[in-house]
Amino acid sequence: MLLFAPFWMNAIGGYTELATRIVVMGLAAMSLNFLLGFTGVLSFGHAAYFGLGAYGTAMAIKYWAVGSIPAIVLGVIVATIAAMIIGALIIKLRGVYFAMVTIAFGQVFYFIAFRWNAVTGGDDGLTGWRRLPINFGFAELDIVQNDRAFYYFALAIFAVCVAAMAVLLNSPFGRSLIAIRENERRARFLGVPIEFHVWLSFVISCLFVSAAGGLYALLNNFIDPRALRVDLSGNLVIMAVLGGMRSFWGPLIGAAIFVALQDYVSSQTQNWMSVIGLVFVLVVRFFPRGVLGMLRTGAKA
Amino acid sequence: MSQVVLFNVFNGLIVGAFYALMALGLSLILNLSGVINFAHGGFLALGAYLAYTLIPYIGFWGALIVAPPLTAVLGLVIEWLLIRPLYGKDPLYSLLLTFGLAYIFEDVTRLIWGAQSVPFQVPGWLMSSLSSQYFFLTGYRVFMMIIVAAAVGGLFAVLKYTRLGMRIRAGTRDLDTVSTLGVNVRVLRSLNFGIGIYMAGLAGVLAAGLLGLSPTIGANLIMPSFVAIIVGGLGSLLGTLIGGLMIGVASGLAAVYFPSATEAVIYVMMALVLLVRPRGLLGEEGRLH
Repeated sequence: MLLFAPFWMNAIGGYTELATRIVVMGLAAMSLNFLLGFTGVLSFGHAAYFGLGAYGTAMAIKYWAVGSIPAIVLGVIVATIAAMIIGALIIKLRGVYFAMVTIAFGQVFYFIAFRWNAVTGGDDGLTGWRRLPINFGFAELDIVQNDRAFYYFALAIFAVCVAAMAVLLNSPFGRSLIAIRENERRARFLGVPIEFHVWLSFVISCLFVSAAGGLYALLNNFIDPRALRVDLSGNLVIMAVLGGMRSFWGPLIGAAIFVALQDYVSSQTQNWMSVIGLVFVLVVRFFPRGVLGMLRTGAKA
Repeated sequence: MSQVVLFNVFNGLIVGAFYALMALGLSLILNLSGVINFAHGGFLALGAYLAYTLIPYIGFWGALIVAPPLTAVLGLVIEWLLIRPLYGKDPLYSLLLTFGLAYIFEDVTRLIWGAQSVPFQVPGWLMSSLSSQYFFLTGYRVFMMIIVAAAVGGLFAVLKYTRLGMRIRAGTRDLDTVSTLGVNVRVLRSLNFGIGIYMAGLAGVLAAGLLGLSPTIGANLIMPSFVAIIVGGLGSLLGTLIGGLMIGVASGLAAVYFPSATEAVIYVMMALVLLVRPRGLLGEEGRLH
């Protein structure tokens, strides 16, 4: 279905860039869900790693003029290192406190991006760069002008990451993560090294979210501190919950709904903030299991 | 010490007092009910705007007395409607819900009162300086410190000497037992929430006088409150108070020596504390889970 998205998107009144954005956010939401839905740990600061991936990619292109793929790789490396360090700092916390610290760390990076004008462009964002055509050596893929080509590029990266996540989740490692989610104490008694597993899950989750961030930067040819703000972190969580935390593809559906909704609402009214806020409230009150969660229970009944 | 340093430390203490006032409200709600009230900043803004609307009718002092309880009442309504159903569940849900509420609050205040800053009138005699040598000792700042000290002192007194306070403290440690002992836990949580929001409203009225009033006033103050709780210690109100003051002074000092890092310094402190003592300076063992 995703493969032919650019074609049917236009038919339903969307446009290719929207589809690309959904894919990017979907990847981000699914990465978050690796930690949230499958390990049972809430991070409300994932935007930090998304943003680090984005800024890393952008700065790599701006200052070192690397190709698109190496740029994303660089962004991912930067974000993953940060995740490893921060993860180590906060691994002893749980529940509400873990969530709080992730929020705080998210804001740290927001401020750095905001203040470090010379390097990051501050509030105005980082401009003066754009994604370059990908040179495979034997052929060149023009992803600069061609929206569709970029969509497929993003989709390819998405597919690689998602496949990796699926493999990990089906492995013994993935199984132990689910065990941790279900009953941490019992998992501990079973000999599962909790701290290490949670840390690893955190790092992996941030790794993939930073790939999404890199794609995001490339998509817009622009990046600004808002990509790091707690707003985005919250949006990612709501996407995961809206689509269904317990399912693998849920967050993608959540992302699709959320991105489309945001796009539509902001073109209709000034008060889109209230609508988004209302979405949060309604989802938590009435649809905590998300779309796929509801469909599943519907199927059983 | 030079005037500049003194000024900034004093300013830092004032700001820290604010952070502490807000953080204490947040901490109260967090400790008893396990709810991260992301909308706390929104309540602060509401308190401020309510006061702003009331001032022409009942004056500054009237607003100072009336606006916080009004905000608390609104808080109680919201608690009853929206937050109560979430108590048994994963903290994820209350965080998401209050996050959404924060959005709604900010947008609604923008809708009702406009997106621009509005002038907040404080009685003229409060604004003047108390001493020609220490120009920064404006009456308003001293007044604020006094009110905050009174509020905090009042809070601690209530917690220590009244039955409600005792129940809250007990509930923080072991809510199930408190419930089996016959205390109406639902009412307890609501009242606790109300007290927390009262503090937010009060902080709002005071903050507006110092910082000026615009729809984003709440959002700016909520992150330092989080940090104050983390630094001061999870589960400890005294820790939150100290945490708030500490980060206030830290950012005041940073303003002197590293002006561009004034906001960042509180996060640096947080990282340091987490590294050395993950449960916070006065945090309790076992609060981590």
